[in-house]
Amino acid sequence: MDGRRAALIAAAALPAAFVALFFAYPLAAILERGLTEDGGFELPWDVLGAHSTLELLWFTTWQAAASTLATLAFGLPLAWVVSRFSFPGRSLVRALVLVPFVLPTVVVATAFLAVLPAGSERGLLPILAAHVFFNTAVVVRIVSSYWSRLDPRLWHAAASLGAGPARRLREVTLPVLAPPLTAAAALTFLFCFTSFGVILILGGPGRATLETEIYNQAARAFDLRAAAALSLLQLAAVALVLVVSAATERRLGGAVPLAPEQDALRRPRGAERVAVAGVLGVSALLLGLPLAALVDRSLDGPRGYGLGFYRALGDETASLLVPPWHAVLNSVLFACAATAVALAVGGLAAAAIATRGAPWLDALVMLPLGASAVMLGFGFVIAFDDPPLDLRGSAWLVPVVQALVAAPFVVRIVAPSLRSIDEALREAAAVLGASPARVWREVDLPLVLRAVGVAAGFAFAISLGEFGATVFVARADWPTVPVAIFSFLGRPGAVNAGQAAALSVVLMALTTVVVLAADRVTVRRGSL
Amino acid sequence: MSLAVEQLAVSFDGSPALAGVELEVAAGERLAVLGPSGSGKSTLLRAIAGLQRPDAGRVVLDGRDLAGVPTHERGIGLMFQDGVLFPHRNVEGNVAFGLRMQGMPRGERAGRVARVLELVGLSGFERRSTTNLSGGERQRVALARALAPEPRVLLLDEPLGSLDGPLRERLLRDLEALFERLRLTVVLVTHDVGEAFAIGDRVAVFRDGRVVQAAQPDELWARPVDAWTARFLGIRNVREREGRTVVIRPEAVRVERGEGAVVLLAERRGPVVRLRVRLDGGDELDAVTTALEHPRRGDRVAVEIDPAGVFEIDAAPEAG
Amino acid sequence: MTISYKAVVVALAVAVGLAAAGCGGGDEGAPEEVVLVTHDSFAISKPVQRAFEDETGLRLRILKTGDAGVALNRALLTAGDPEGDVFFGVDNNLLSRALGEDLFDSYSSSELDQVDPRYVLDEEHRVTPIDHGEVCLNVDKGWFRSRGLAPPETLEQLALPRYRDLLVVENPATSTPGLAFMLATIARFGDGWQDYWRRLRENGVLVVDGWEDAYTVRFSGSSGKGPRPIVVSYASSPPAEVIFAGKPLDEAPTAVVESTCFRQVELAGVLRGAANEDGARQLIDFMLSPAFQQDVPTSMFVFPVREGVELPPAFERWAVVPDAPLELPPEEIGENRERWIREWTDVVLR
Repeated sequence: MDGRRAALIAAAALPAAFVALFFAYPLAAILERGLTEDGGFELPWDVLGAHSTLELLWFTTWQAAASTLATLAFGLPLAWVVSRFSFPGRSLVRALVLVPFVLPTVVVATAFLAVLPAGSERGLLPILAAHVFFNTAVVVRIVSSYWSRLDPRLWHAAASLGAGPARRLREVTLPVLAPPLTAAAALTFLFCFTSFGVILILGGPGRATLETEIYNQAARAFDLRAAAALSLLQLAAVALVLVVSAATERRLGGAVPLAPEQDALRRPRGAERVAVAGVLGVSALLLGLPLAALVDRSLDGPRGYGLGFYRALGDETASLLVPPWHAVLNSVLFACAATAVALAVGGLAAAAIATRGAPWLDALVMLPLGASAVMLGFGFVIAFDDPPLDLRGSAWLVPVVQALVAAPFVVRIVAPSLRSIDEALREAAAVLGASPARVWREVDLPLVLRAVGVAAGFAFAISLGEFGATVFVARADWPTVPVAIFSFLGRPGAVNAGQAAALSVVLMALTTVVVLAADRVTVRRGSL
Repeated sequence: MSLAVEQLAVSFDGSPALAGVELEVAAGERLAVLGPSGSGKSTLLRAIAGLQRPDAGRVVLDGRDLAGVPTHERGIGLMFQDGVLFPHRNVEGNVAFGLRMQGMPRGERAGRVARVLELVGLSGFERRSTTNLSGGERQRVALARALAPEPRVLLLDEPLGSLDGPLRERLLRDLEALFERLRLTVVLVTHDVGEAFAIGDRVAVFRDGRVVQAAQPDELWARPVDAWTARFLGIRNVREREGRTVVIRPEAVRVERGEGAVVLLAERRGPVVRLRVRLDGGDELDAVTTALEHPRRGDRVAVEIDPAGVFEIDAAPEAG
Repeated sequence: MTISYKAVVVALAVAVGLAAAGCGGGDEGAPEEVVLVTHDSFAISKPVQRAFEDETGLRLRILKTGDAGVALNRALLTAGDPEGDVFFGVDNNLLSRALGEDLFDSYSSSELDQVDPRYVLDEEHRVTPIDHGEVCLNVDKGWFRSRGLAPPETLEQLALPRYRDLLVVENPATSTPGLAFMLATIARFGDGWQDYWRRLRENGVLVVDGWEDAYTVRFSGSSGKGPRPIVVSYASSPPAEVIFAGKPLDEAPTAVVESTCFRQVELAGVLRGAANEDGARQLIDFMLSPAFQQDVPTSMFVFPVREGVELPPAFERWAVVPDAPLELPPEEIGENRERWIREWTDVVLR
């Protein structure tokens, strides 16, 4: 088994090196710059202990917790529907839930303001609603990628033992789904914990989270010391969440009976039809309405309804150095590269984590989710200024930072899936003559392919929609779609707003198509 | 292919699963390892297959020490206790797996798969999903999968474990014939004496991580090495008196109408009837008879013991 | 098997594509490059950029490094080891910070004699004025017309009950126009500025964090069709609404409240440690040339600092260039900025 051990160490080395080089090193550089005073490194206890900091931490935490609960409550019924039932448009629903995830927050906030009743457009409720809107995809897709492969005989057995629907939910479904639920909850929590645009726009100036305050200190007041101190606090809080959730996931995870997806799905019967229709209807309303408002805006040109804004995407504009459609190509190119990198980094990390535990690697790969984009961006600027690492202004950094953000998703989606594989299957393959690499390809890969497909869809969507970090490394002559949308929104005039909306719709369409394709390929190829 | 296991030891968290196992299997020989569950039989197979690294000892195949040879290069087939079929492949995909690993061309594979499936009585099952098979069918697919690559040595872990009555009988005979025909070197692990005796050229009795006796079935039956082995083989007439252990084989106990004992139990097992009687002195004895007319429960009987069926075990009785 | 093969092909294709893109510029035989580090709102029209490149034989690379605040802070982080040769985008409100950190080398362009001296803010010429743009209240003309209400004409009027819940402003802590508007009230009211903001607060002022949010989301006069008809924006916003209307307009939908305007001057400087110092100077000269100065209204919606430059028709017609905008000396701003922002936050947000 020595070869396997060596392979695992090698598997862990690549993601560790990647994250160390492109995350830990630049972040450490900027934190050191911020916290070094009079030549010595000092922990900023005054900032950390300040009452205002504690208030920030408190609000950040509880709004994230509330948002996570709300997202779970909203997402789980939808996950149930797409995991257990076959109905027309099921794969489309699975793809569409990911669309909000890629949209820039300003665009979403605008769409939200259009549908929220006047007077309720700022405050906690809109924040919760927007977080639910963004993160439902996390819950639905992560949980259903696992749920839809569970052998339905689990429930049949429970039913035959006299468990009613409620009992089955409590005694079978929830315990068995605990690993993906934990993963989805942890990711949602982290996203809400480090939420930026939603808090800024829908929270208003009175409400700040650690992330928005770090941005304020770093980008506005240029108080690097305060920004570094708050960044440390945020990283520590995120690390704590990661350790707890990873431990929970490991404790609850294990081999489960699997069945091909087509065996697990069935048409809804009787009262189930009402439930399925109800869940789909409510979801469509909440997720679809803001999106519809956006589509409407992109078509509502100054000369009446039409595709004018879309046609204008091919023209030169004062808002960008290149015609907007270049941004679409750039985004696709970068997102492809970032997805490949994220799958490699996250997949290898997941393999090492699933087989050896490797909690330190788990934390390391996940940690970029907890870093403030502006601090990481500043870190890039001061860390990569000398050859051979003179990467400032290199277009390569775009897929790299996007992969940093996407890799944690790959890990959280693939690792539970890998862990659910019965070790005996690998042994059976080895006995039949499969080398460790072959075992991986013949057993692990097909069995996690569904999860890998889900992860790839996520990685692609994240890369496509990533703005916070991308804007720091994107080159003006290589803008991505979100960067272009911001350029348009930064200027007055109906044409600029219209083109921003049109680009957002293009982003939505791209996401849907790519995710549908990724789902289709992986569902067909990996029959599980 | 001859297989030898020398002083093999494996322990888990300090408690030994294998405690110095010695075994030899000649080329083409079928060895049945017989022992109660939890005696370390599966661990033995895993160690031979290379799935479990031994703490000490060697596994030698045709004179070659297999230490350092990874599982997939050992050419040893293993049929797992509960089948362990690949859920993402259909029956054909499972059976052809080993062939693909060998690099057999696609065209040849189909023929081999069909032949092996026919061998286990599953002709035409190629396209079936493994999730929809019955327990017996799964077991046979697992067997077919292990057989298909024609391994040098085939290890079987409770191959008939989850099968029932007639099917079990049929498959047992099929296996016997198959191994005879293929001249495979086989190590079969079972807790079932009948299975061990049916398939094993020799039977190794396994207890607490070691082989307590290895012999041909007749010899084993004739001379169990100790009281525990005798009892495990199903001989319950073991008497320990004055430091001596005496075994009375049930077929040596003749029961006729008369006096001296009472029948406690009489049940027909196919051609034979098993009886249990209590002597008026208080001792209980097992007996078998082939008679169609046999005593019923509660009948008074006379018991006569054929001295040829009585032997003495030298070793001390059960250690534990 | 097919999958992994395909994945490899795709990955390779992407890698090759990226490499080709990355090396597209090609180092071999490429013209010398001058790098302009600037904020996201910078824009230049293609012919003007080509004119510079043809004239000087230099290739102009534009490095946008974030919004105005982030771009400046990023430049400050790399002071002495800059990402480019010229930095453009520091304004009079943040100037003291840039000068304090020794970001620039002095350069006195020969074109400076064509510039209105009011815009020259540094006697040592570490920074050179390039454009000015006034931050003013914008009003939605249609909104006021349909309600038979006159738009406000002064800062004082904003506190009147009839303008209750109509104003949206940006947070000075997070937004450049927000900061300018706060400075406008300080320039106008002096020590009484905090009282003024107290009254605005009582009158329902809405504070948001960024211009995008204020103008495109909350303001009723933009395409976002928000609820509030008065917003803090720029003097150039009305002509922009006309130019980007997508159809010919007889009238700008919005108007500027002239008495509320606060001057912002944007400046450029040669970055200390620039790799191409000579090119940097040529670029600064070019940015003051008529070609570039004529381009700034339509590309960046600001006004030229060079005298005698003709404005585009939409600007002539719809833009307001206030004669006497509100102003504060950069040094005073530099000394008090953080304190004022804190005080503003206490008065308006707490």
